[in-house]
Amino acid sequence: MIGLTHYLVVGAALFVIGIFGIFLNRKNVIVILMSIELMLLSVNINFVAFSHFLGDLAGQVFTMFVLTVAAAEAAIGLAILVCFFRARGSIEVDDVNMMKG
Amino acid sequence: MISEDLSLLLPEIVLAVYAMAALMYGVYTGKDRTMPLLTWVTAAVFAALAFWIGITGPGTHTAFNGMFIDDGFSRFVKVTVLLSGAAVLVMAQDYMVRRGLARFEYPVLVALAVVGMMVMVSAGDLMSLYMGLELQSLALYVVASLRRDSAKSTEAGLKYFVLGALSSGILLYGASLTYGFAGTTEFKGILSTIHGGHMSLGLLFGLVFLISGLAFKISAVPFHMWTPDVYEGAPTPVTAFFATAPKVAAMSLIARLLFDAFGTAPADWSQILAVLAVLSMFLGAFGAIGQTDIKRLMAYSSIAHMGYALVGLSSGTQFGVESMLMYMVIYATTNVGVFAFILSMERDGRQITDLASLNNFAAKEPLKALAILILMFSLAGVPPTVGFFAKFYVLRAAIEANMTWLAVLAVISSVIGAYYYLRIVYYMYFGQETEGLDTGTMNIVPWIMLMGTAVIMLVGIVNLFGVEGLAHAAAATLVP
Repeated sequence: MIGLTHYLVVGAALFVIGIFGIFLNRKNVIVILMSIELMLLSVNINFVAFSHFLGDLAGQVFTMFVLTVAAAEAAIGLAILVCFFRARGSIEVDDVNMMKG
Repeated sequence: MISEDLSLLLPEIVLAVYAMAALMYGVYTGKDRTMPLLTWVTAAVFAALAFWIGITGPGTHTAFNGMFIDDGFSRFVKVTVLLSGAAVLVMAQDYMVRRGLARFEYPVLVALAVVGMMVMVSAGDLMSLYMGLELQSLALYVVASLRRDSAKSTEAGLKYFVLGALSSGILLYGASLTYGFAGTTEFKGILSTIHGGHMSLGLLFGLVFLISGLAFKISAVPFHMWTPDVYEGAPTPVTAFFATAPKVAAMSLIARLLFDAFGTAPADWSQILAVLAVLSMFLGAFGAIGQTDIKRLMAYSSIAHMGYALVGLSSGTQFGVESMLMYMVIYATTNVGVFAFILSMERDGRQITDLASLNNFAAKEPLKALAILILMFSLAGVPPTVGFFAKFYVLRAAIEANMTWLAVLAVISSVIGAYYYLRIVYYMYFGQETEGLDTGTMNIVPWIMLMGTAVIMLVGIVNLFGVEGLAHAAAATLVP
Protein backbone atom coordinates (compact mmCIF):
# COMPACT_ATOMS: atom_id res chain seq x y z
CA MET A 1 0.00 0.00 0.00
CA ILE A 2 1.42 3.36 -0.99
CA GLY A 3 0.90 5.85 1.83
CA LEU A 4 1.37 9.55 2.31
CA THR A 5 4.98 9.10 3.40
CA HIS A 6 5.97 7.61 0.06
CA TYR A 7 4.65 10.60 -1.79
CA LEU A 8 6.36 13.00 0.58
CA VAL A 9 9.66 11.20 0.14
CA VAL A 10 9.36 11.45 -3.64
CA GLY A 11 8.50 15.14 -3.32
CA ALA A 12 11.42 15.81 -0.98
CA ALA A 13 13.84 13.89 -3.20
CA LEU A 14 12.81 15.81 -6.32
CA PHE A 15 13.01 19.10 -4.42
CA VAL A 16 16.55 18.38 -3.26
CA ILE A 17 17.56 17.27 -6.77
CA GLY A 18 16.20 20.60 -8.03
CA ILE A 19 18.20 22.63 -5.49
CA PHE A 20 21.37 20.67 -6.24
CA GLY A 21 20.75 21.15 -9.94
CA ILE A 22 20.88 24.92 -9.41
CA PHE A 23 23.99 24.98 -7.25
CA LEU A 24 26.14 22.18 -8.61
CA ASN A 25 25.50 22.72 -12.30
CA ARG A 26 28.40 24.54 -13.95
CA LYS A 27 27.40 24.24 -17.58
CA ASN A 28 24.28 25.79 -18.87
CA VAL A 29 21.63 28.21 -17.65
CA ILE A 30 18.87 26.16 -19.33
CA VAL A 31 19.62 23.37 -16.84
CA ILE A 32 18.95 25.87 -14.06
CA LEU A 33 15.54 26.65 -15.55
CA MET A 34 14.79 22.92 -15.63
CA SER A 35 15.87 22.57 -12.00
CA ILE A 36 13.54 25.39 -10.98
CA GLU A 37 10.71 23.64 -12.78
CA LEU A 38 11.57 20.41 -10.98
CA MET A 39 11.38 22.17 -7.60
CA LEU A 40 7.96 23.60 -8.35
CA LEU A 41 6.65 20.24 -9.57
CA SER A 42 7.93 18.43 -6.48
CA VAL A 43 5.93 20.92 -4.43
CA ASN A 44 2.90 20.03 -6.52
CA ILE A 45 3.34 16.35 -5.64
CA ASN A 46 3.34 17.36 -1.99
CA PHE A 47 0.21 19.44 -2.40
CA VAL A 48 -1.75 16.80 -4.27
CA ALA A 49 -0.69 14.04 -1.87
CA PHE A 50 -1.67 16.10 1.16
CA SER A 51 -4.89 17.12 -0.51
CA HIS A 52 -5.83 13.49 -1.20
CA PHE A 53 -5.00 12.22 2.27
CA LEU A 54 -6.62 15.17 4.04
CA GLY A 55 -9.74 14.91 1.89
CA ASP A 56 -9.50 18.66 1.28
CA LEU A 57 -9.58 20.29 -2.14
CA ALA A 58 -7.57 23.42 -1.32
CA GLY A 59 -4.27 21.67 -2.07
CA GLN A 60 -5.33 20.82 -5.59
CA VAL A 61 -6.53 24.37 -6.19
CA PHE A 62 -3.13 25.58 -5.01
CA THR A 63 -1.50 23.17 -7.47
CA MET A 64 -3.40 24.78 -10.34
CA PHE A 65 -2.12 28.21 -9.31
CA VAL A 66 1.44 26.90 -9.00
CA LEU A 67 1.28 25.36 -12.48
CA THR A 68 0.04 28.63 -13.97
CA VAL A 69 2.70 30.70 -12.25
CA ALA A 70 5.41 28.17 -13.20
CA ALA A 71 4.48 28.59 -16.86
CA ALA A 72 4.70 32.39 -16.59
CA GLU A 73 7.95 32.11 -14.69
CA ALA A 74 9.51 29.86 -17.35
CA ALA A 75 8.44 32.28 -20.08
CA ILE A 76 10.04 35.23 -18.29
CA GLY A 77 13.17 33.25 -17.48
CA LEU A 78 13.64 32.26 -21.11
CA ALA A 79 13.00 35.82 -22.27
CA ILE A 80 15.69 37.15 -19.93
CA LEU A 81 18.00 34.38 -21.06
CA VAL A 82 17.50 35.31 -24.72
CA CYS A 83 18.40 38.93 -23.93
CA PHE A 84 21.44 37.74 -21.99
CA PHE A 85 22.54 35.57 -24.91
CA ARG A 86 22.20 38.50 -27.31
CA ALA A 87 24.33 40.68 -25.04
CA ARG A 88 27.01 38.12 -24.16
CA GLY A 89 26.87 35.50 -26.90
CA SER A 90 26.89 32.64 -24.39
CA ILE A 91 24.66 30.94 -21.85
CA GLU A 92 27.39 29.17 -19.91
CA VAL A 93 26.95 29.52 -16.17
CA ASP A 94 30.61 30.48 -15.82
CA ASP A 95 30.04 33.43 -18.13
CA VAL A 96 27.49 35.00 -15.77
CA ASN A 97 30.32 36.74 -13.99
CA MET A 98 30.57 40.40 -15.02
CA MET A 99 29.88 41.44 -11.45
CA LYS A 100 31.63 39.72 -8.61
CA GLY A 101 29.42 38.09 -6.04
CA MET B 1 -21.94 38.75 -1.61
CA ILE B 2 -19.47 38.73 -4.50
CA SER B 3 -19.99 42.43 -5.05
CA GLU B 4 -19.09 43.15 -1.43
CA ASP B 5 -15.91 41.11 -1.84
CA LEU B 6 -15.03 42.89 -5.04
CA SER B 7 -15.67 46.32 -3.60
CA LEU B 8 -13.10 45.57 -0.91
CA LEU B 9 -10.56 44.75 -3.59
CA LEU B 10 -11.43 47.81 -5.65
CA PRO B 11 -8.08 49.64 -5.30
CA GLU B 12 -6.18 46.58 -6.53
CA ILE B 13 -8.66 45.99 -9.35
CA VAL B 14 -8.49 49.63 -10.44
CA LEU B 15 -4.70 49.51 -10.54
CA ALA B 16 -4.59 46.19 -12.41
CA VAL B 17 -7.10 47.40 -14.98
CA TYR B 18 -5.20 50.66 -15.30
CA ALA B 19 -1.95 48.77 -15.92
CA MET B 20 -3.51 46.74 -18.72
CA ALA B 21 -5.17 49.81 -20.25
CA ALA B 22 -1.85 51.66 -20.12
CA LEU B 23 -0.17 48.75 -21.84
CA MET B 24 -2.75 48.80 -24.63
CA TYR B 25 -2.44 52.57 -24.96
CA GLY B 26 1.33 52.32 -25.18
CA VAL B 27 1.28 49.53 -27.74
CA TYR B 28 -1.30 51.06 -30.06
CA THR B 29 -0.13 54.68 -29.99
CA GLY B 30 3.32 56.12 -29.75
CA LYS B 31 5.16 53.16 -28.19
CA ASP B 32 8.13 54.57 -26.26
CA ARG B 33 7.16 58.17 -26.99
CA THR B 34 4.28 57.74 -24.54
CA MET B 35 6.69 56.89 -21.71
CA PRO B 36 6.86 60.33 -20.04
CA LEU B 37 3.08 60.67 -20.16
CA LEU B 38 2.50 57.13 -18.85
CA THR B 39 5.02 57.67 -16.06
CA TRP B 40 3.27 60.78 -14.81
CA VAL B 41 -0.20 59.25 -15.16
CA THR B 42 0.92 56.10 -13.31
CA ALA B 43 2.41 58.17 -10.51
CA ALA B 44 -0.83 60.18 -10.34
CA VAL B 45 -2.86 56.97 -10.15
CA PHE B 46 -0.59 55.72 -7.34
CA ALA B 47 -1.04 58.96 -5.43
CA ALA B 48 -4.81 58.95 -5.97
CA LEU B 49 -5.07 55.33 -4.77
CA ALA B 50 -2.91 56.14 -1.74
CA PHE B 51 -5.25 59.01 -0.90
CA TRP B 52 -8.28 56.78 -1.43
CA ILE B 53 -6.92 54.00 0.79
CA GLY B 54 -5.76 56.58 3.32
CA ILE B 55 -9.21 58.10 3.82
CA THR B 56 -10.94 54.71 4.05
CA GLY B 57 -12.49 54.46 7.47
CA PRO B 58 -11.12 52.20 10.20
CA GLY B 59 -12.12 48.61 10.72
CA THR B 60 -11.09 45.17 9.58
CA HIS B 61 -12.86 43.56 6.65
CA THR B 62 -12.22 40.26 4.94
CA ALA B 63 -13.18 39.13 1.46
CA PHE B 64 -13.31 35.79 -0.36
CA ASN B 65 -13.62 33.68 2.79
CA GLY B 66 -10.69 35.28 4.55
CA MET B 67 -8.30 35.15 1.59
CA PHE B 68 -8.04 38.91 1.48
CA ILE B 69 -7.77 41.06 4.60
CA ASP B 70 -8.29 44.80 4.58
CA ASP B 71 -7.20 46.17 7.95
CA GLY B 72 -5.29 49.12 9.34
CA PHE B 73 -1.96 47.35 8.91
CA SER B 74 -2.47 46.59 5.23
CA ARG B 75 -3.76 50.12 4.56
CA PHE B 76 -0.73 51.69 6.22
CA VAL B 77 1.68 49.59 4.18
CA LYS B 78 -0.24 50.10 0.94
CA VAL B 79 -0.10 53.87 1.30
CA THR B 80 3.66 53.67 1.96
CA VAL B 81 4.24 51.41 -1.04
CA LEU B 82 2.12 53.52 -3.39
CA LEU B 83 3.70 56.82 -2.38
CA SER B 84 7.28 55.55 -2.56
CA GLY B 85 6.52 53.93 -5.91
CA ALA B 86 5.14 57.21 -7.24
CA ALA B 87 8.16 59.15 -5.96
CA VAL B 88 10.62 56.76 -7.60
CA LEU B 89 8.71 56.87 -10.90
CA VAL B 90 8.61 60.63 -11.25
CA MET B 91 12.15 61.30 -10.13
CA ALA B 92 13.61 58.86 -12.66
CA GLN B 93 11.54 59.91 -15.67
CA ASP B 94 13.99 62.54 -16.92
CA TYR B 95 16.96 60.20 -16.34
CA MET B 96 15.38 57.43 -18.37
CA VAL B 97 14.63 59.69 -21.33
CA ARG B 98 18.19 61.07 -21.36
CA ARG B 99 19.78 57.63 -21.07
CA GLY B 100 17.74 56.05 -23.87
CA LEU B 101 15.83 53.93 -21.37
CA ALA B 102 12.43 55.45 -22.07
CA ARG B 103 10.48 52.23 -22.49
CA PHE B 104 6.76 52.53 -21.93
CA GLU B 105 6.76 49.06 -20.34
CA TYR B 106 8.55 50.45 -17.29
CA PRO B 107 5.64 52.29 -15.66
CA VAL B 108 3.29 49.45 -16.62
CA LEU B 109 5.52 46.84 -15.00
CA VAL B 110 5.97 48.99 -11.91
CA ALA B 111 2.19 49.31 -11.65
CA LEU B 112 1.81 45.52 -11.89
CA ALA B 113 4.51 44.99 -9.27
CA VAL B 114 2.67 47.40 -6.98
CA VAL B 115 -0.58 45.44 -7.48
CA GLY B 116 1.34 42.35 -6.38
CA MET B 117 2.64 44.14 -3.29
CA MET B 118 -0.85 45.34 -2.38
CA VAL B 119 -2.17 41.77 -2.61
CA MET B 120 0.80 40.50 -0.58
CA VAL B 121 0.23 42.73 2.39
CA SER B 122 -3.49 41.94 2.38
CA ALA B 123 -3.00 38.18 2.09
CA GLY B 124 -5.04 36.08 4.49
CA ASP B 125 -4.23 32.76 2.91
CA LEU B 126 -1.11 31.03 1.60
CA MET B 127 -2.60 31.10 -1.90
CA SER B 128 -3.12 34.86 -2.04
CA LEU B 129 0.31 35.29 -0.42
CA TYR B 130 1.92 33.26 -3.18
CA MET B 131 0.00 34.88 -6.04
CA GLY B 132 0.76 38.39 -4.80
CA LEU B 133 4.41 37.59 -4.23
CA GLU B 134 4.81 36.09 -7.69
CA LEU B 135 3.05 38.96 -9.44
CA GLN B 136 5.48 41.32 -7.75
CA SER B 137 8.54 39.15 -8.41
CA LEU B 138 7.79 38.42 -12.07
CA ALA B 139 7.39 42.12 -12.80
CA LEU B 140 10.62 42.89 -10.95
CA TYR B 141 12.63 40.26 -12.84
CA VAL B 142 11.72 42.01 -16.07
CA VAL B 143 12.49 45.55 -14.92
CA ALA B 144 15.89 44.42 -13.58
CA SER B 145 16.88 43.54 -17.15
CA LEU B 146 15.19 46.61 -18.61
CA ARG B 147 18.32 47.65 -20.47
CA ARG B 148 18.07 44.75 -22.89
CA ASP B 149 21.27 45.48 -24.80
CA SER B 150 23.50 45.80 -21.74
CA ALA B 151 25.36 42.71 -20.54
CA LYS B 152 25.33 43.99 -16.96
CA SER B 153 21.61 44.65 -16.81
CA THR B 154 20.64 41.31 -18.37
CA GLU B 155 23.06 39.54 -16.07
CA ALA B 156 21.46 41.28 -13.10
CA GLY B 157 18.04 40.19 -14.36
CA LEU B 158 19.23 36.61 -14.83
CA LYS B 159 20.76 36.40 -11.36
CA TYR B 160 17.70 37.94 -9.77
CA PHE B 161 15.45 35.57 -11.68
CA VAL B 162 17.33 32.38 -10.78
CA LEU B 163 17.67 33.19 -7.09
CA GLY B 164 14.17 34.65 -6.91
CA ALA B 165 12.70 31.52 -8.47
CA LEU B 166 14.71 29.39 -6.05
CA SER B 167 13.32 31.38 -3.14
CA SER B 168 9.77 30.99 -4.50
CA GLY B 169 10.37 27.24 -4.65
CA ILE B 170 11.54 27.15 -1.04
CA LEU B 171 8.58 29.29 0.02
CA LEU B 172 6.20 26.95 -1.80
CA TYR B 173 7.73 23.87 -0.22
CA GLY B 174 7.12 25.49 3.15
CA ALA B 175 3.57 26.29 2.11
CA SER B 176 2.95 22.66 1.14
CA LEU B 177 4.27 21.38 4.48
CA THR B 178 2.23 23.96 6.35
CA TYR B 179 -0.85 22.95 4.42
CA GLY B 180 -0.23 19.27 5.06
CA PHE B 181 0.30 19.57 8.79
CA ALA B 182 -2.29 22.25 9.48
CA GLY B 183 -4.89 20.91 7.06
CA THR B 184 -5.67 24.34 5.67
CA THR B 185 -4.01 27.16 3.80
CA GLU B 186 -5.92 29.88 5.60
CA PHE B 187 -3.91 31.90 8.13
CA LYS B 188 -6.76 31.78 10.66
CA GLY B 189 -7.03 28.02 10.28
CA ILE B 190 -3.28 27.53 10.70
CA LEU B 191 -3.36 29.66 13.85
CA SER B 192 -6.16 27.53 15.32
CA THR B 193 -4.08 24.35 15.00
CA ILE B 194 -1.34 25.71 17.27
CA HIS B 195 -2.22 24.95 20.88
CA GLY B 196 -0.45 26.25 23.94
CA GLY B 197 2.36 27.91 22.04
CA HIS B 198 3.67 24.66 20.60
CA MET B 199 3.45 23.59 17.01
CA SER B 200 4.02 20.19 15.49
CA LEU B 201 7.40 19.41 13.97
CA GLY B 202 5.99 19.38 10.43
CA LEU B 203 4.48 22.81 10.91
CA LEU B 204 7.77 24.10 12.29
CA PHE B 205 9.57 22.83 9.19
CA GLY B 206 6.98 24.57 7.03
CA LEU B 207 7.49 27.79 8.98
CA VAL B 208 11.27 27.65 8.55
CA PHE B 209 10.92 27.14 4.80
CA LEU B 210 8.40 29.97 4.56
CA ILE B 211 10.69 32.36 6.45
CA SER B 212 13.67 31.34 4.30
CA GLY B 213 11.72 32.03 1.11
CA LEU B 214 10.63 35.44 2.36
CA ALA B 215 14.09 36.29 3.71
CA PHE B 216 15.29 36.13 0.09
CA LYS B 217 12.84 38.85 -0.86
CA ILE B 218 14.06 41.23 1.83
CA SER B 219 17.68 40.16 1.17
CA ALA B 220 18.37 39.12 4.74
CA VAL B 221 21.61 37.20 5.31
CA PRO B 222 22.19 34.28 4.47
CA PHE B 223 19.85 34.83 1.51
CA HIS B 224 21.38 38.14 0.42
CA MET B 225 23.86 37.11 -2.29
CA TRP B 226 21.79 38.46 -5.17
CA THR B 227 21.47 41.97 -3.74
CA PRO B 228 24.84 43.63 -4.52
CA ASP B 229 24.94 42.27 -8.07
CA VAL B 230 21.36 43.16 -8.89
CA TYR B 231 21.68 46.64 -7.36
CA GLU B 232 24.85 47.27 -9.35
CA GLY B 233 23.71 45.79 -12.64
CA ALA B 234 20.14 47.03 -12.86
CA PRO B 235 19.54 50.54 -14.27
CA THR B 236 19.70 53.09 -11.44
CA PRO B 237 15.96 54.00 -11.47
CA VAL B 238 15.17 50.29 -11.12
CA THR B 239 17.64 49.97 -8.26
CA ALA B 240 15.94 52.91 -6.58
CA PHE B 241 12.62 51.10 -6.90
CA PHE B 242 14.08 47.80 -5.58
CA ALA B 243 15.46 49.57 -2.54
CA THR B 244 12.12 51.06 -1.49
CA ALA B 245 8.63 49.65 -2.15
CA PRO B 246 9.36 45.88 -2.51
CA LYS B 247 11.37 45.88 0.71
CA VAL B 248 8.55 47.55 2.63
CA ALA B 249 5.98 45.15 1.20
CA ALA B 250 8.03 41.98 1.80
CA MET B 251 8.89 42.96 5.35
CA SER B 252 5.22 43.63 6.06
CA LEU B 253 4.32 40.30 4.49
CA ILE B 254 6.64 38.55 6.97
CA ALA B 255 4.91 40.37 9.82
CA ARG B 256 1.50 39.46 8.42
CA LEU B 257 2.36 35.78 8.02
CA LEU B 258 4.05 35.38 11.39
CA PHE B 259 1.41 37.16 13.42
CA ASP B 260 -1.70 36.02 11.57
CA ALA B 261 -0.71 32.38 11.01
CA PHE B 262 1.85 31.65 13.72
CA GLY B 263 1.14 34.42 16.24
CA THR B 264 0.42 32.16 19.19
CA ALA B 265 3.90 30.61 19.11
CA PRO B 266 6.22 33.63 18.93
CA ALA B 267 9.00 31.80 20.77
CA ASP B 268 9.44 29.50 17.78
CA TRP B 269 10.07 32.18 15.17
CA SER B 270 11.47 35.14 17.08
CA GLN B 271 14.80 33.35 17.50
CA ILE B 272 15.02 32.65 13.76
CA LEU B 273 14.38 36.30 13.03
CA ALA B 274 16.90 37.41 15.66
CA VAL B 275 19.62 35.29 14.03
CA LEU B 276 18.73 36.63 10.58
CA ALA B 277 18.80 40.17 12.00
CA VAL B 278 22.24 39.82 13.61
CA LEU B 279 23.77 38.25 10.50
CA SER B 280 22.25 40.89 8.21
CA MET B 281 23.36 43.81 10.35
CA PHE B 282 26.96 42.64 10.59
CA LEU B 283 27.35 41.45 7.02
CA GLY B 284 25.80 44.71 5.77
CA ALA B 285 28.17 46.75 7.93
CA PHE B 286 31.35 44.84 7.04
CA GLY B 287 30.49 44.16 3.41
CA ALA B 288 30.00 47.83 2.59
CA ILE B 289 33.39 48.93 3.89
CA GLY B 290 35.43 47.82 0.89
CA GLN B 291 32.99 48.96 -1.79
CA THR B 292 33.92 51.56 -4.37
CA ASP B 293 30.62 51.64 -6.24
CA ILE B 294 27.87 53.65 -4.57
CA LYS B 295 25.12 51.35 -5.86
CA ARG B 296 26.83 48.29 -4.38
CA LEU B 297 27.35 50.24 -1.19
CA MET B 298 23.63 51.01 -1.03
CA ALA B 299 22.95 47.28 -1.52
CA TYR B 300 24.96 46.40 1.58
CA SER B 301 23.36 49.32 3.37
CA SER B 302 19.92 47.92 2.58
CA ILE B 303 20.96 44.47 3.83
CA ALA B 304 21.99 46.06 7.12
CA HIS B 305 18.78 48.08 7.34
CA MET B 306 16.68 44.96 6.82
CA GLY B 307 18.55 43.55 9.81
CA TYR B 308 17.48 46.46 12.01
CA ALA B 309 13.86 46.15 10.88
CA LEU B 310 14.01 42.43 11.72
CA VAL B 311 15.23 43.34 15.22
CA GLY B 312 11.93 45.10 15.76
CA LEU B 313 9.94 42.23 14.32
CA SER B 314 11.79 39.55 16.28
CA SER B 315 10.61 41.03 19.56
CA GLY B 316 7.23 39.53 18.70
CA THR B 317 5.26 42.32 20.34
CA GLN B 318 2.85 44.97 19.14
CA PHE B 319 5.45 47.63 19.76
CA GLY B 320 7.90 45.56 17.72
CA VAL B 321 5.61 45.68 14.70
CA GLU B 322 5.07 49.41 15.22
CA SER B 323 8.82 50.02 15.33
CA MET B 324 9.32 47.88 12.22
CA LEU B 325 6.69 49.87 10.30
CA MET B 326 8.26 53.17 11.31
CA TYR B 327 11.69 51.88 10.42
CA MET B 328 10.56 50.85 6.96
CA VAL B 329 8.81 54.17 6.26
CA ILE B 330 11.87 56.15 7.33
CA TYR B 331 14.20 53.82 5.41
CA ALA B 332 12.15 54.16 2.22
CA THR B 333 12.00 57.96 2.51
CA THR B 334 15.74 58.27 3.03
CA ASN B 335 16.49 55.96 0.13
CA VAL B 336 14.29 57.99 -2.21
CA GLY B 337 16.47 61.02 -1.43
CA VAL B 338 19.78 59.18 -1.78
CA PHE B 339 18.81 57.62 -5.09
CA ALA B 340 17.54 60.96 -6.40
CA PHE B 341 21.13 62.08 -5.94
CA ILE B 342 22.72 58.92 -7.40
CA LEU B 343 20.58 59.41 -10.52
CA SER B 344 22.19 62.80 -11.07
CA MET B 345 25.80 61.60 -10.72
CA GLU B 346 27.48 62.00 -14.08
CA ARG B 347 30.72 63.10 -15.66
CA ASP B 348 31.00 64.33 -19.25
CA GLY B 349 27.38 63.40 -19.76
CA ARG B 350 27.93 59.75 -18.80
CA GLN B 351 26.55 58.16 -15.71
CA ILE B 352 29.10 57.34 -13.03
CA THR B 353 28.65 55.49 -9.77
CA ASP B 354 32.22 55.49 -8.51
CA LEU B 355 32.58 56.72 -4.93
CA ALA B 356 35.82 58.53 -5.71
CA SER B 357 33.96 60.83 -8.10
CA LEU B 358 32.40 62.47 -5.03
CA ASN B 359 35.78 64.00 -4.13
CA ASN B 360 35.43 67.66 -3.21
CA PHE B 361 31.79 67.72 -4.25
CA ALA B 362 30.92 70.11 -1.41
CA ALA B 363 33.08 72.86 -2.89
CA LYS B 364 31.11 72.75 -6.13
CA GLU B 365 27.57 72.19 -4.92
CA PRO B 366 27.38 73.00 -1.20
CA LEU B 367 23.60 72.71 -0.93
CA LYS B 368 23.36 69.25 -2.45
CA ALA B 369 26.36 68.08 -0.45
CA LEU B 370 24.64 69.29 2.70
CA ALA B 371 21.48 67.37 1.79
CA ILE B 372 23.50 64.19 1.22
CA LEU B 373 25.26 64.76 4.52
CA ILE B 374 21.94 64.88 6.33
CA LEU B 375 20.67 61.76 4.53
CA MET B 376 23.86 59.83 5.30
CA PHE B 377 23.69 60.87 8.96
CA SER B 378 20.10 59.69 8.96
CA LEU B 379 21.03 56.32 7.44
CA ALA B 380 23.80 55.95 10.00
CA GLY B 381 21.41 56.88 12.81
CA VAL B 382 23.15 59.99 14.09
CA PRO B 383 20.95 61.71 16.70
CA PRO B 384 19.56 64.97 15.33
CA THR B 385 17.97 63.16 12.39
CA VAL B 386 14.89 60.99 11.94
CA GLY B 387 17.07 57.94 11.24
CA PHE B 388 18.13 58.00 14.88
CA PHE B 389 14.55 57.61 16.02
CA ALA B 390 14.03 54.72 13.61
CA LYS B 391 16.87 52.83 15.27
CA PHE B 392 15.84 54.02 18.74
CA TYR B 393 12.38 52.48 18.38
CA VAL B 394 13.58 49.07 17.19
CA LEU B 395 16.16 48.95 19.99
CA ARG B 396 13.47 49.85 22.52
CA ALA B 397 11.27 47.07 21.15
CA ALA B 398 14.11 44.57 21.56
CA ILE B 399 14.89 45.69 25.11
CA GLU B 400 11.22 45.62 26.16
CA ALA B 401 11.05 42.04 24.91
CA ASN B 402 14.04 41.09 27.11
CA MET B 403 16.40 40.78 24.15
CA THR B 404 19.01 43.22 25.39
CA TRP B 405 21.82 41.19 23.77
CA LEU B 406 20.19 41.80 20.40
CA ALA B 407 19.98 45.53 21.05
CA VAL B 408 23.64 45.63 22.08
CA LEU B 409 24.69 43.84 18.90
CA ALA B 410 22.55 46.23 16.84
CA VAL B 411 24.28 49.24 18.39
CA ILE B 412 27.73 47.76 17.75
CA SER B 413 26.94 47.03 14.11
CA SER B 414 25.45 50.49 13.59
CA VAL B 415 28.69 52.03 14.86
CA ILE B 416 30.62 49.93 12.34
CA GLY B 417 28.10 50.88 9.65
CA ALA B 418 28.54 54.58 10.41
CA TYR B 419 32.06 54.30 9.00
CA TYR B 420 31.04 53.91 5.39
CA TYR B 421 28.24 56.45 5.53
CA LEU B 422 30.63 58.98 6.98
CA ARG B 423 33.22 58.02 4.37
CA ILE B 424 30.89 59.39 1.69
CA VAL B 425 30.61 62.63 3.66
CA TYR B 426 34.39 62.68 4.10
CA TYR B 427 34.92 62.36 0.34
CA MET B 428 32.53 65.22 -0.33
CA TYR B 429 34.01 67.64 2.19
CA PHE B 430 37.66 66.67 2.60
CA GLY B 431 38.41 64.57 -0.47
CA GLN B 432 41.40 65.15 -2.71
CA GLU B 433 41.24 67.40 -5.71
CA THR B 434 40.46 64.94 -8.50
CA GLU B 435 38.23 64.77 -11.48
CA GLY B 436 34.80 65.22 -9.97
CA LEU B 437 31.21 65.18 -11.03
CA ASP B 438 29.56 67.47 -13.54
CA THR B 439 27.57 70.22 -11.89
CA GLY B 440 24.08 71.37 -12.65
CA THR B 441 23.00 67.99 -13.97
CA MET B 442 20.06 67.63 -11.66
CA ASN B 443 16.56 68.05 -12.93
CA ILE B 444 13.96 69.86 -10.84
CA VAL B 445 12.00 66.76 -9.75
CA PRO B 446 14.95 64.79 -8.30
CA TRP B 447 16.19 68.04 -6.76
CA ILE B 448 12.87 68.45 -4.95
CA MET B 449 13.03 64.82 -3.80
CA LEU B 450 16.59 65.20 -2.52
CA MET B 451 15.99 68.47 -0.69
CA GLY B 452 12.53 67.38 0.48
CA THR B 453 13.77 64.17 2.08
CA ALA B 454 16.71 65.98 3.65
CA VAL B 455 14.36 68.54 5.18
CA ILE B 456 12.05 65.75 6.34
CA MET B 457 14.98 64.06 8.07
CA LEU B 458 15.59 67.23 10.09
CA VAL B 459 12.10 68.64 10.64
CA GLY B 460 10.63 65.19 11.23
CA ILE B 461 12.23 64.92 14.66
CA VAL B 462 9.59 67.30 16.01
CA ASN B 463 6.72 64.83 15.72
CA LEU B 464 7.75 62.37 12.96
CA PHE B 465 4.83 63.86 10.94
CA GLY B 466 2.37 61.79 12.95
CA VAL B 467 3.69 58.53 11.46
CA GLU B 468 4.19 57.21 14.98
CA GLY B 469 0.47 57.36 15.77
CA LEU B 470 -0.48 55.85 12.42
CA ALA B 471 2.04 53.03 12.81
CA HIS B 472 0.75 52.41 16.33
CA ALA B 473 -2.82 52.09 15.07
CA ALA B 474 -1.68 49.87 12.20
CA ALA B 475 0.30 47.56 14.48
CA ALA B 476 -2.65 47.35 16.86
CA THR B 477 -4.83 45.84 14.14
CA LEU B 478 -2.25 43.13 13.42
CA VAL B 479 -1.29 42.29 17.00
CA PRO B 480 -4.26 42.71 19.31
